[in-house]
Amino acid sequence: MNVLHPSVIDCDLHNELPSLQTLYPYLAPHWVDYCNESGFTEPDSGDYPKNSRLNSKLYFSDGIDLSSSALSALRTQALDVWSSEIGILNCAYRVSSVHNSDLAAALATALNQWQIIEWLNLEPRLRASIVVPSRQPELAAREIDRFGDHPSFVQVILPVRSEAPYGNRRYDPIFSAAVRHDLVVGIHYGGSTGSPSTPAGWALTYLEESAGMAQVFQSQVMSLIVEGVFDRFPTLRVALIEGGWTWLPSLMWRMDKEWKGLRHNTPWVSRLPSVYIHEHLRFTTQPLDQPPNVRQIQQLMDQLESEEVLLFSSNYPNNCFSKLEQALPTGLGEIVKGKILAENARGFYKLTKNL
Amino acid sequence: MNHLAVAQTIIDCDIHNAMPNDHTLFKYLPSRWRYHYETIGPRVHWGGNYPRAVPNAARLDSWPPSGLPPGGDLDFLRSQLLDNWNIEIGILNCLYNVGGEINLDFAAALAQAINDWQISEWLEPEPRLRASLLVPYEDGELAAAEISRVGSYNRFAQILLLARTRDPLGHRRYWKMYEAAAQYELPIGIHFGGAGGGPLTGAGFPSYYIEDHGGMPQAFYAQVVSLVTSGVFEIFPTLKVVLIEGGFGWLPPLMWRLDATWLQFKDEAPLLRRLPSEYIRNHFWITTQPMEEPSQRHFFPQLLEQLAMDDRLMFATDYPHWDFDAPFRAFPVKLAQPLERKIMAENARLLYRL
Repeated sequence: MNVLHPSVIDCDLHNELPSLQTLYPYLAPHWVDYCNESGFTEPDSGDYPKNSRLNSKLYFSDGIDLSSSALSALRTQALDVWSSEIGILNCAYRVSSVHNSDLAAALATALNQWQIIEWLNLEPRLRASIVVPSRQPELAAREIDRFGDHPSFVQVILPVRSEAPYGNRRYDPIFSAAVRHDLVVGIHYGGSTGSPSTPAGWALTYLEESAGMAQVFQSQVMSLIVEGVFDRFPTLRVALIEGGWTWLPSLMWRMDKEWKGLRHNTPWVSRLPSVYIHEHLRFTTQPLDQPPNVRQIQQLMDQLESEEVLLFSSNYPNNCFSKLEQALPTGLGEIVKGKILAENARGFYKLTKNL
Repeated sequence: MNHLAVAQTIIDCDIHNAMPNDHTLFKYLPSRWRYHYETIGPRVHWGGNYPRAVPNAARLDSWPPSGLPPGGDLDFLRSQLLDNWNIEIGILNCLYNVGGEINLDFAAALAQAINDWQISEWLEPEPRLRASLLVPYEDGELAAAEISRVGSYNRFAQILLLARTRDPLGHRRYWKMYEAAAQYELPIGIHFGGAGGGPLTGAGFPSYYIEDHGGMPQAFYAQVVSLVTSGVFEIFPTLKVVLIEGGFGWLPPLMWRLDATWLQFKDEAPLLRRLPSEYIRNHFWITTQPMEEPSQRHFFPQLLEQLAMDDRLMFATDYPHWDFDAPFRAFPVKLAQPLERKIMAENARLLYRL
């Protein structure tokens, strides 16, 4: 680390699959036939509207060879720009929204192989997240076992929108496999479950859905803790990615208050929920959603009651900042800045520079 | 009077009166709907049942000696709440499930019955009480009709909805109701609870009551986002909304996020002319129970500063529910005097024109 260029570990980079055909070399002939005959083109996903600036495909479609141009774009537009020592890929291909679980599992396996061959093998600064058919936790666990010991996979990625909150015991095989391979579980913006995105029905606009996604993250945090995931898997680490974090203090207060009144519901929760949060959960910095003035930002940083919980992310290619400072809460001291930019992630993901 | 009760004026913005039994309901329900009630009964969005902390979610000491349910006995409510805490005015929010009834004609009949019962058995006998007007809110026109029927009775303080509706409240299906509410100058109150047919969270149904109870801010969150982004406040510029029993710690982060998201996706909300947070601070009021309890006391004034809605917070006890906030110890810190008076009474007095 030097003064001008602090170490940077970027915890949210997106590698987008150019098309289903990209996976054909990695799919069994049966599934290639199935896709061709059925006209299946891709899993349902409205997470990033087609032609909005949030759709990463727009950034990746300039060149002729989509995947190599995507990697070189990611190198020059993200890794090199921030001088990132390490960047973690979170592929948002939503195999989980495919109801046919065998197809979902086959797509996941192919996608993970594509990530190894076309991303990880070509760029040593990259790490990646294992995509799993999370509707079927047993099949997801098999996928984690298949790729979990590959040194470049550091995380299992799940969409924040799920059929049941992730604290539900049905998901235990996923957490069990993640712990077995010492992987972080990342919960990421988006997902298509067929159910409404809010407790009061379907959001009418993307604006409403996107602003509202923060409340789905909060539901997941509450579920993971009160339904006892960290009591069943005490070494589990979970990252909340692209869901914001400025809501965390108010959620901790609410959960701690609920715990005082209602912990007889869930007697295994032996400590204040905020203690579990500080111990097991981390949050990526994008989107910042920060208060309008520096004083309130400072208040918020104090209210987190931890310098360890934030992880720098660019959210490339959806980022809307050009300088590193714009991607961080305003007015951070140097020590906490260093933690957020790299050291928190290094410890949490157990990253080493050379594999 | 309770020996700890403070001398100051208290307006309690969330008191729950309960329909005591079917016999009373039937006095106000036409025979056609009595028959329906006895043969078919309520049909609501079943499947979201989380056994509460205690029966009726009520304080154990709130069961009246008369044998009626908590909140079902006016005399007992007078002595245990109004007299004991020297409450000047109390707003009744009857949680009878009118809005969640799927048969809309039955819902409309129930709304009429409950409102007529409130007028004759609560509001007429007790001058300290005001009530919320119940409406079949899943149909904007039926809801507007009920507002027209009784909205000019001056002891109704607001329209009552439950937080979990079938669609987010910015949806056009609710606009006729807003039009009537604006016409009768009645705020829309959104109270904890409800069931609109979908899961309790954007990620399915959780397992425990603590998640139902602790997760309700997420429903309020969705409603605030929807009401603001839909442009309802541009269409009905005088519409006022009260968030009841939803807390308020989640609201500053919502404003930060919604403002930032709106700047990216303005095109989808063509009616908006100002930052979403400006609509929130102009059109929303908030009741205080369940009080936010930050981990450190000095975070509480920070929260109030971030919220910047000193004129909009209104004290509530949530009587007779188990998570009752007592007036003398509800706040985690001692508030400065002008602010305390505003929250304990004056903000509500202005809003409800009491």
